[in-house]
Amino acid sequence: MSLLSLDGVTLKFGGVTAVNNLSMAVEEGQVFALVGPNGAGKSTVFNMISRFYRPVSGSITFDGHNLLNHKAHEIANFGIARTFQNIELFEMATVLQNLLVGRHRHRRSTLVEQMLFAGRVRQEEREHRHAVEEVIDFLDLQPYRDTRIAGLPYGVRKVVELARALSTKPRLLLLDEPASGLSVEETQDMRWWIDDIRRQMGITVLMVEHDMGLVSKVCDRVLALADGAKLAEGTPAEVQAHPAVIEAYLGTSAISKTANAAGVRV
Amino acid sequence: MRFHFKTSYDHDIRLFPDWWNFSLYAALLLVLLALPWVIDSFYLGEMTNVLIWAVAGLGLMLLTGQTGQVSLGHSAFMAMGAYSCVNFMELGLPFLAAFLLAGVFTGIIGGIIAIPALRLHGVYLAIFTLALSILMDDLIVILSPWTGGVNGYFAPEIWIFGIEINRWAAPETWYYLALGTALMVTFFYRNLLRSPLGRSFAAVRDSEISAQAMGVDVARTKTLAFGLSCAFAGLGGALMGLFAGAFNNETFNFLISIQLLMAIIIGGLGFIHGAFLGAIVIAFLPQFLSIVTDQLGSTSIPGLETGVFGMILIAFILFEPMGLYGRWLKMRTWLQLFPFARRDMFRRQKSYLKTERLR
Repeated sequence: MSLLSLDGVTLKFGGVTAVNNLSMAVEEGQVFALVGPNGAGKSTVFNMISRFYRPVSGSITFDGHNLLNHKAHEIANFGIARTFQNIELFEMATVLQNLLVGRHRHRRSTLVEQMLFAGRVRQEEREHRHAVEEVIDFLDLQPYRDTRIAGLPYGVRKVVELARALSTKPRLLLLDEPASGLSVEETQDMRWWIDDIRRQMGITVLMVEHDMGLVSKVCDRVLALADGAKLAEGTPAEVQAHPAVIEAYLGTSAISKTANAAGVRV
Repeated sequence: MRFHFKTSYDHDIRLFPDWWNFSLYAALLLVLLALPWVIDSFYLGEMTNVLIWAVAGLGLMLLTGQTGQVSLGHSAFMAMGAYSCVNFMELGLPFLAAFLLAGVFTGIIGGIIAIPALRLHGVYLAIFTLALSILMDDLIVILSPWTGGVNGYFAPEIWIFGIEINRWAAPETWYYLALGTALMVTFFYRNLLRSPLGRSFAAVRDSEISAQAMGVDVARTKTLAFGLSCAFAGLGGALMGLFAGAFNNETFNFLISIQLLMAIIIGGLGFIHGAFLGAIVIAFLPQFLSIVTDQLGSTSIPGLETGVFGMILIAFILFEPMGLYGRWLKMRTWLQLFPFARRDMFRRQKSYLKTERLR
């Protein structure tokens, strides 16, 4: 059974159909990419999985649980973590505190214990800190531990957001445009990290990305969306060569040229 | 300049980062404990007042500074603390039990009120809570069997373990009671900041959307913040009412709420130190003004106090939004780095676009 599956999911905002009858399945251990032009509904799919939006029809299942029966804050407990397209960090807190918020779902102490900072809280804090330090080592964030987010450059914030998502110890990681706004070198780093996240940590990755170079390097499977509907699905090479995808990106006149160049009869 | 050389996670977990920091606070505590032998009973009373304002200020700070929710209704909860404390004492409970129970009671009521209130954001929440503090005035009159109505209450005698807490006969007893309460609340506050709940408060303040994605139940966190905040404000209110000697429906009017909000903004939003610095300003400014007007040989000028308060608040919001404590942090950093501090070190960085679409 797939780890995450969307089945006939439709979302409408008033008269606008943002996502139309979309079905997809992400297998355990895959790196899966959603691509498509702006406004295709990629981030909307993420926001439905995070339960910020409720689809009009269809179902979203994660590891046998129907996510539609749960509220937004319960999604993290299933082991789903995410990053945001426009970085959503806790600006006034330090990097360390941001990552520790990621450990929120692993807390066990009660309010009174926390007010008195009883022994169990201290012990748990050490464990949280240990888990966070592993992520810091993994993503080379050591120099920024005690820096406030408000003073960090964009590229580092991007990494901190990834780190915060990893701190939750997820099974499925949703990355919303992990490489947007990054330099060539930072995109390279991101590529190795995504590879390592899959290989070393065994985390399944679902990402939205425009950089087809990155997508073709790290992803096993790609789904192309346009106007909320599925255009094509397959390996990165298959999707890139698919006529409907080329049409959506470049317009009709480009099809014949590209098809000719690729030696495909339309 | 000192370097923190950290060798274990406990360096970041414990209350004081190093022995120097610890000894500073220990020295401060010793000075505070010795104060009754140093200053006369008038100033001791003023210090008691400062500490009481600080307790209530810590309550509002938890809500506004830590969780980012504005409240103009904390005078209502201070009143609730005062009246419930007296009522518990009339039921025969000893003062200490009645006092702590009043805090718990106010906290629970606050938490219940928070459930509808915290669906509101920003200015709407401010209006809701302002209405609450105006409503409290009438509620006290209506509930006269428990509140004494417009006649109010005279503070009952307070005994703790056989010692009478009396403002006039032994001002130091009141001072120590206020100091003890302030220390207790500070201890709770500080512990919360280093535990998961305190971090989820900050998470809700800075980005509700990603707090949810991290598994923070935003509604529950806000309710808890409101409840705890009201509990602390209730303790402060109980002390304020009893310290005043007599209180009625007009003692805790909405101006107290506004003064409390001013105190934490002037002190520095989001800092424990800010609550204390703000309390010092709020409690001493009236005395300071009357001394100045006396020196100038004029009689008291009506409205001077409120006017000066307002101007100070405007000045802080314009020139030092981080408050007195924020100013001190800047000065300290400048001194520590001397002569290498740069001018733009504290310039506020551009914050990147937030996901407003999900609102």
